[in-house]
Amino acid sequence: MTNWHYTWGSILAVVVFSTAGDVLTSLAMKQSGDVGHLFHNNGLWATVKVVVGNVTLWIGVAFMAMAFFALLFALSWSDVSLVAPASASLTFIANAITAKIFLREQVDRQRWLAAILVAAGVALVAR
Amino acid sequence: MNFRKQATLAGVVLFGASGDVALSRGMKSVGALSLSQWSQVIHAIFTPWVVVGIILLLGFFVSYLSALSFADLTYVLPATAVGYILMAVLARFFLHENISPWRWAGIALIALGVGFVTAGPAKTATARGVQGHPPPPVGSA
Repeated sequence: MTNWHYTWGSILAVVVFSTAGDVLTSLAMKQSGDVGHLFHNNGLWATVKVVVGNVTLWIGVAFMAMAFFALLFALSWSDVSLVAPASASLTFIANAITAKIFLREQVDRQRWLAAILVAAGVALVAR
Repeated sequence: MNFRKQATLAGVVLFGASGDVALSRGMKSVGALSLSQWSQVIHAIFTPWVVVGIILLLGFFVSYLSALSFADLTYVLPATAVGYILMAVLARFFLHENISPWRWAGIALIALGVGFVTAGPAKTATARGVQGHPPPPVGSA
Protein backbone atom coordinates (compact mmCIF):
# COMPACT_ATOMS: atom_id res chain seq x y z
CA MET A 1 0.00 0.00 0.00
CA THR A 2 1.53 3.25 -1.12
CA ASN A 3 0.60 6.80 -0.26
CA TRP A 4 -1.19 6.95 -3.64
CA HIS A 5 -3.34 3.92 -2.76
CA TYR A 6 -4.28 5.36 0.63
CA THR A 7 -5.14 8.74 -0.89
CA TRP A 8 -7.31 7.51 -3.78
CA GLY A 9 -8.74 4.58 -1.82
CA SER A 10 -10.02 6.98 0.82
CA ILE A 11 -11.23 9.46 -1.84
CA LEU A 12 -13.25 6.63 -3.46
CA ALA A 13 -14.68 5.73 -0.05
CA VAL A 14 -15.68 9.40 0.46
CA VAL A 15 -17.45 9.42 -2.94
CA VAL A 16 -19.40 6.17 -2.32
CA PHE A 17 -20.38 7.00 1.27
CA SER A 18 -21.31 10.62 0.62
CA THR A 19 -23.37 9.76 -2.47
CA ALA A 20 -25.34 7.18 -0.45
CA GLY A 21 -25.70 9.71 2.36
CA ASP A 22 -26.83 12.54 0.04
CA VAL A 23 -29.41 10.45 -1.81
CA LEU A 24 -30.88 8.97 1.40
CA THR A 25 -31.10 12.33 3.22
CA SER A 26 -32.59 13.91 0.10
CA LEU A 27 -35.21 11.13 -0.01
CA ALA A 28 -35.98 11.66 3.68
CA MET A 29 -36.38 15.43 3.27
CA LYS A 30 -38.59 14.98 0.20
CA GLN A 31 -40.77 12.74 2.39
CA SER A 32 -40.88 15.37 5.15
CA GLY A 33 -41.82 18.15 2.74
CA ASP A 34 -40.77 21.81 2.86
CA VAL A 35 -39.70 22.48 6.46
CA GLY A 36 -40.63 26.14 5.97
CA HIS A 37 -44.27 25.15 5.40
CA LEU A 38 -44.12 22.57 8.20
CA PHE A 39 -42.78 25.20 10.59
CA HIS A 40 -45.39 27.73 9.51
CA ASN A 41 -48.29 25.30 9.87
CA ASN A 42 -47.25 23.20 12.86
CA GLY A 43 -44.49 25.01 14.76
CA LEU A 44 -40.89 24.13 15.53
CA TRP A 45 -41.37 21.07 17.74
CA ALA A 46 -43.65 19.28 15.27
CA THR A 47 -41.24 20.09 12.43
CA VAL A 48 -38.27 18.66 14.33
CA LYS A 49 -40.33 15.56 15.18
CA VAL A 50 -41.25 14.94 11.54
CA VAL A 51 -37.65 15.38 10.36
CA VAL A 52 -35.81 13.36 13.04
CA GLY A 53 -38.55 10.71 13.16
CA ASN A 54 -37.64 9.55 9.66
CA VAL A 55 -35.45 6.41 9.75
CA THR A 56 -34.21 7.04 6.20
CA LEU A 57 -32.63 10.28 7.43
CA TRP A 58 -30.60 8.42 10.06
CA ILE A 59 -29.40 5.79 7.62
CA GLY A 60 -28.29 8.69 5.41
CA VAL A 61 -26.59 10.37 8.35
CA ALA A 62 -24.76 7.10 9.16
CA PHE A 63 -23.38 7.06 5.60
CA MET A 64 -22.41 10.73 5.94
CA ALA A 65 -20.56 9.92 9.17
CA MET A 66 -18.63 7.19 7.35
CA ALA A 67 -17.87 9.68 4.56
CA PHE A 68 -16.62 12.13 7.20
CA PHE A 69 -14.18 9.61 8.68
CA ALA A 70 -13.03 8.63 5.21
CA LEU A 71 -12.48 12.35 4.52
CA LEU A 72 -10.45 12.81 7.73
CA PHE A 73 -8.41 9.80 6.68
CA ALA A 74 -7.87 11.16 3.17
CA LEU A 75 -6.95 14.62 4.51
CA SER A 76 -4.28 13.06 6.69
CA TRP A 77 -2.69 11.44 3.63
CA SER A 78 -2.94 14.28 1.19
CA ASP A 79 -3.60 18.01 0.82
CA VAL A 80 -7.10 19.39 1.15
CA SER A 81 -6.55 21.03 -2.25
CA LEU A 82 -6.51 17.56 -3.82
CA VAL A 83 -8.84 15.61 -1.53
CA ALA A 84 -11.75 18.06 -1.23
CA PRO A 85 -12.10 18.91 -4.94
CA ALA A 86 -11.40 15.37 -6.17
CA SER A 87 -13.98 13.76 -3.89
CA ALA A 88 -16.50 16.59 -4.40
CA SER A 89 -16.05 16.54 -8.17
CA LEU A 90 -16.65 12.79 -8.45
CA THR A 91 -19.52 12.99 -5.96
CA PHE A 92 -21.34 15.52 -8.21
CA ILE A 93 -21.38 13.04 -11.08
CA ALA A 94 -22.26 10.05 -8.86
CA ASN A 95 -25.09 12.06 -7.29
CA ALA A 96 -26.57 13.12 -10.63
CA ILE A 97 -26.71 9.46 -11.71
CA THR A 98 -28.15 8.12 -8.45
CA ALA A 99 -30.64 11.01 -8.02
CA LYS A 100 -32.03 10.24 -11.47
CA ILE A 101 -32.33 6.50 -10.74
CA PHE A 102 -33.40 6.42 -7.10
CA LEU A 103 -35.01 9.83 -6.51
CA ARG A 104 -36.60 10.03 -10.00
CA GLU A 105 -35.42 13.61 -10.32
CA GLN A 106 -35.68 14.94 -13.85
CA VAL A 107 -32.00 15.34 -14.63
CA ASP A 108 -32.45 17.09 -17.97
CA ARG A 109 -29.70 18.31 -20.29
CA GLN A 110 -29.40 21.55 -18.34
CA ARG A 111 -28.77 19.72 -15.06
CA TRP A 112 -26.32 17.25 -16.58
CA LEU A 113 -24.43 20.20 -18.03
CA ALA A 114 -24.48 21.93 -14.65
CA ALA A 115 -23.20 18.82 -12.84
CA ILE A 116 -20.43 18.23 -15.40
CA LEU A 117 -19.37 21.91 -15.53
CA VAL A 118 -19.24 22.13 -11.75
CA ALA A 119 -17.35 18.82 -11.48
CA ALA A 120 -14.81 19.98 -14.09
CA GLY A 121 -14.52 23.39 -12.45
CA VAL A 122 -13.96 21.87 -9.02
CA ALA A 123 -11.26 19.59 -10.46
CA LEU A 124 -9.52 22.61 -12.07
CA VAL A 125 -9.64 24.64 -8.87
CA ALA A 126 -7.60 21.81 -7.34
CA ARG A 127 -4.64 22.37 -9.64
CA MET B 1 -37.40 31.27 -5.00
CA ASN B 2 -38.24 33.55 -2.07
CA PHE B 3 -35.88 35.17 0.42
CA ARG B 4 -36.13 32.31 2.95
CA LYS B 5 -35.03 29.77 0.36
CA GLN B 6 -32.22 31.97 -0.91
CA ALA B 7 -31.00 32.54 2.66
CA THR B 8 -31.07 28.77 3.28
CA LEU B 9 -28.92 28.14 0.19
CA ALA B 10 -26.54 30.95 1.29
CA GLY B 11 -26.26 29.22 4.69
CA VAL B 12 -25.28 25.97 2.98
CA VAL B 13 -22.53 27.84 1.10
CA LEU B 14 -21.14 29.87 4.03
CA PHE B 15 -21.19 27.12 6.70
CA GLY B 16 -19.87 24.51 4.27
CA ALA B 17 -16.89 26.55 3.04
CA SER B 18 -15.82 27.81 6.48
CA GLY B 19 -16.31 24.34 8.03
CA ASP B 20 -14.07 22.67 5.45
CA VAL B 21 -11.35 25.29 5.90
CA ALA B 22 -11.41 24.82 9.69
CA LEU B 23 -11.28 21.01 9.38
CA SER B 24 -8.37 21.23 7.00
CA ARG B 25 -6.45 23.46 9.36
CA GLY B 26 -7.10 21.08 12.25
CA MET B 27 -6.04 17.94 10.39
CA LYS B 28 -2.80 19.60 9.29
CA SER B 29 -1.81 19.89 12.94
CA VAL B 30 -2.69 16.23 13.58
CA GLY B 31 -0.59 14.80 10.77
CA ALA B 32 -1.03 11.62 8.75
CA LEU B 33 -3.42 9.05 10.17
CA SER B 34 -2.82 5.36 9.63
CA LEU B 35 -5.27 2.47 9.50
CA SER B 36 -3.56 0.69 12.39
CA GLN B 37 -3.89 3.55 14.88
CA TRP B 38 -7.56 4.24 15.53
CA SER B 39 -6.82 6.09 18.76
CA GLN B 40 -5.31 8.86 16.64
CA VAL B 41 -8.69 9.36 14.99
CA ILE B 42 -10.35 9.93 18.38
CA HIS B 43 -7.54 12.32 19.27
CA ALA B 44 -8.04 14.16 15.96
CA ILE B 45 -11.73 14.80 16.67
CA PHE B 46 -10.87 16.81 19.80
CA THR B 47 -8.33 19.06 18.11
CA PRO B 48 -9.62 22.68 18.55
CA TRP B 49 -9.84 23.52 14.82
CA VAL B 50 -11.53 20.19 14.11
CA VAL B 51 -14.09 21.01 16.85
CA VAL B 52 -14.72 24.43 15.24
CA GLY B 53 -15.04 22.70 11.87
CA ILE B 54 -17.56 20.18 13.23
CA ILE B 55 -19.69 22.98 14.79
CA LEU B 56 -19.69 24.92 11.48
CA LEU B 57 -20.54 21.74 9.58
CA LEU B 58 -23.51 21.17 11.93
CA GLY B 59 -24.79 24.59 10.81
CA PHE B 60 -24.15 23.46 7.26
CA PHE B 61 -26.15 20.28 7.87
CA VAL B 62 -29.25 22.06 9.22
CA SER B 63 -29.34 24.45 6.23
CA TYR B 64 -28.57 21.58 3.84
CA LEU B 65 -31.51 19.48 5.14
CA SER B 66 -33.80 22.51 4.92
CA ALA B 67 -32.69 23.11 1.33
CA LEU B 68 -33.32 19.46 0.41
CA SER B 69 -36.85 19.75 1.82
CA PHE B 70 -37.82 22.28 -0.87
CA ALA B 71 -35.39 21.57 -3.72
CA ASP B 72 -33.97 18.62 -5.67
CA LEU B 73 -30.60 17.09 -4.79
CA THR B 74 -29.44 17.78 -8.36
CA TYR B 75 -30.39 21.45 -7.81
CA VAL B 76 -28.97 21.99 -4.32
CA LEU B 77 -25.54 20.46 -4.99
CA PRO B 78 -24.58 22.48 -8.12
CA ALA B 79 -26.27 25.66 -6.81
CA THR B 80 -24.24 25.58 -3.60
CA ALA B 81 -20.98 24.93 -5.48
CA VAL B 82 -20.56 28.73 -5.16
CA GLY B 83 -18.77 27.68 -1.96
CA TYR B 84 -15.72 26.63 -3.98
CA ILE B 85 -15.54 30.10 -5.52
CA LEU B 86 -15.90 31.58 -2.04
CA MET B 87 -13.06 29.41 -0.72
CA ALA B 88 -10.76 30.49 -3.58
CA VAL B 89 -11.61 34.17 -2.99
CA LEU B 90 -11.03 33.78 0.77
CA ALA B 91 -7.68 32.13 0.08
CA ARG B 92 -6.78 34.97 -2.32
CA PHE B 93 -7.62 37.88 0.01
CA PHE B 94 -7.11 36.49 3.52
CA LEU B 95 -4.36 33.91 3.04
CA HIS B 96 -2.73 35.81 0.14
CA GLU B 97 -2.58 32.66 -1.94
CA ASN B 98 -1.86 33.06 -5.61
CA ILE B 99 -4.72 31.98 -7.87
CA SER B 100 -3.37 30.35 -11.04
CA PRO B 101 -5.06 30.76 -14.46
CA TRP B 102 -6.21 27.12 -14.10
CA ARG B 103 -8.00 28.03 -10.89
CA TRP B 104 -9.68 31.03 -12.50
CA ALA B 105 -10.79 28.73 -15.34
CA GLY B 106 -12.20 26.30 -12.76
CA ILE B 107 -14.01 29.14 -10.99
CA ALA B 108 -15.51 30.26 -14.34
CA LEU B 109 -16.76 26.71 -15.06
CA ILE B 110 -18.34 26.41 -11.60
CA ALA B 111 -20.03 29.80 -12.04
CA LEU B 112 -21.35 28.67 -15.43
CA GLY B 113 -22.66 25.39 -13.95
CA VAL B 114 -24.35 27.25 -11.09
CA GLY B 115 -25.94 29.60 -13.64
CA PHE B 116 -27.25 26.66 -15.67
CA VAL B 117 -28.90 24.86 -12.76
CA THR B 118 -30.34 27.93 -11.04
CA ALA B 119 -31.96 29.06 -14.31
CA GLY B 120 -34.13 25.92 -14.17
CA PRO B 121 -36.75 24.78 -11.66
CA ALA B 122 -35.64 23.95 -8.09
CA LYS B 123 -37.90 20.93 -7.79
CA THR B 124 -38.95 18.52 -10.52
CA ALA B 125 -40.40 15.16 -9.47
CA THR B 126 -41.53 14.16 -6.02
CA ALA B 127 -39.80 10.99 -4.90
CA ARG B 128 -41.74 7.73 -4.72
CA GLY B 129 -45.16 9.31 -4.73
CA VAL B 130 -44.34 11.58 -1.81
CA GLN B 131 -46.09 14.91 -2.24
CA GLY B 132 -43.96 17.86 -1.22
CA HIS B 133 -46.35 20.58 0.00
CA PRO B 134 -48.59 21.64 1.43
CA PRO B 135 -47.91 19.02 4.11
CA PRO B 136 -50.76 17.54 6.13
CA PRO B 137 -51.02 19.11 9.59
CA VAL B 138 -49.18 16.96 12.12
CA GLY B 139 -51.41 15.10 14.52
CA SER B 140 -54.54 15.55 12.42
CA ALA B 141 -55.10 11.79 12.07
